[in-house]
Amino acid sequence: MKITRRDAVAMGLGATMVAMLPLRVSAAGEEAVMAFTGGAEAGEGDITLTAPEIAENGNTVPISVAAPGAVEIMVLATGNPSPEVANFKFGTASGGAEVSTRMRLAGTQDVIAVAKMADGSFIKTARNVKVTIGGCGG
Amino acid sequence: MASGVKPRVKVPKSAAAGDVITIKTLISHKMESGNRKDKQGNVIPRSIINRFTCDFNGANVIDMTMYPAISTNPYVEFKAKVDASGEFKFTWYDDDGSVYEAAKSITVS
Amino acid sequence: MKKTLMATALATIGAASALMADPADIPLVIEGEEMISSVKAPDYIPGLDTAYSGWLFRSEETQALEIDDFENPGMPAVDYGLELWSTADGSEGKSCADCHGDISEMAGVRTTMPKVNENGELWAMEEYINNCRVNRMGAEAWKRIKSPEMLAMTAAIGLQSRGMPMNVAIDGPAEPFWKLGEELYYTRVGQLNMSCANCHEDNYGNMIRADHLSQGQINGFPTYRLKWGGLGSIHRRFKGCMKNIRAEPYKPGGPEFLALELYVASRGNGLSVETPAVRN
Repeated sequence: MKITRRDAVAMGLGATMVAMLPLRVSAAGEEAVMAFTGGAEAGEGDITLTAPEIAENGNTVPISVAAPGAVEIMVLATGNPSPEVANFKFGTASGGAEVSTRMRLAGTQDVIAVAKMADGSFIKTARNVKVTIGGCGG
Repeated sequence: MASGVKPRVKVPKSAAAGDVITIKTLISHKMESGNRKDKQGNVIPRSIINRFTCDFNGANVIDMTMYPAISTNPYVEFKAKVDASGEFKFTWYDDDGSVYEAAKSITVS
Repeated sequence: MKKTLMATALATIGAASALMADPADIPLVIEGEEMISSVKAPDYIPGLDTAYSGWLFRSEETQALEIDDFENPGMPAVDYGLELWSTADGSEGKSCADCHGDISEMAGVRTTMPKVNENGELWAMEEYINNCRVNRMGAEAWKRIKSPEMLAMTAAIGLQSRGMPMNVAIDGPAEPFWKLGEELYYTRVGQLNMSCANCHEDNYGNMIRADHLSQGQINGFPTYRLKWGGLGSIHRRFKGCMKNIRAEPYKPGGPEFLALELYVASRGNGLSVETPAVRN
């Protein structure tokens, strides 16, 4: 097979695009975090994200987030077509910043939770969830 | 209004003043993400519940924004603090403008 | 013996996942009621020592969805079924409740399905429901696989038997149907040239790619599948299996699937009805 200069350029471009893909995905996630924090850096803190290590199906993945003292929590799935999953604001009758829901994951990826604390600071945590492609789709 | 949308809520019947209680809610809804295509290859338009709120005696408990990544039949479990008897009000907002409501009373002693 | 060899081979591979634990170790308790999730297999099923509920093969997160009725995503459909039960339909203006009373009167029905009717035909619950609709209510038959109403109704009726052991008849008039079902179960079909038994008898407990193979028990149908995002029927699942092995599926509601349903149900005789179960 003869590789022309044009082919070589095309292949190089393809390789670059493939290499950029994960970057682009996490960039969208990073952007969403920044939009939530207003550009502020989110540090570590008392925030727990509970999700299965391996999800049997990406359609319904149970998650729980708890961040004592938080006034708002944002959940993001960095590998989904758009990263936003849910945003929770806790009101005056709330019994604590602790919430569970079920989400869709397009594939194996990092799930991020960012919490806004009462003093306006932000903390975040992440968890990798593997989504299996079953043998018996049915 | 999307057909067959039904909310379900689970609230303890009674509690002591100052208790933190767990509330579970579920609403039957397809949560069409807008990312799927039909057999002809046309994009199926997004149609989801985009917001859910819970209030207790007029005070907000939780105000949630939902995105297409929330699963079919959205399920939400959260905590509320109760100081007096009263009523929880639950509201779901559909993309199509529909609003679904549910209410549950609790006796606090 | 074959089973033991298989287990040994698997242990050697060393897939020491929690999923590989002896499934009988975990009790299935739904809303405080303990289900029979493993039971000595009937004598007429020589290929199985113990019948295991499919619940035992699922991940912790999927299992959790079935043990609490509020969290069970199949329950909104049950609510719809309960509503339909007392809703009049058709030219006679009758509802199910008008003849049958409260739906709790249906307790036990799911355990004996499918069964031979008075005309000697093998019917599953769907056929009984549509018979009522067409001949007694003057209403249109519901589509066997696609109708949300049919799924809601079979789920609501099935729930009335939850916890009761499956007990389909395989003798008398049922025998020829059961024999046909048994034959179909062991017949290799499709481009992959596989029978039901290749996966669900020879290899349950093993992984097929990322999926933990169960015995293919049907005591929890209609079941909520995460993949489907909704309830689905036994014949829909059979159809999916056949497509997986690249076979031309039999017709839902047709004689082959009805016979297979009877035979597969009999493999789980003694297991509790779990309708509506939750699976991946």
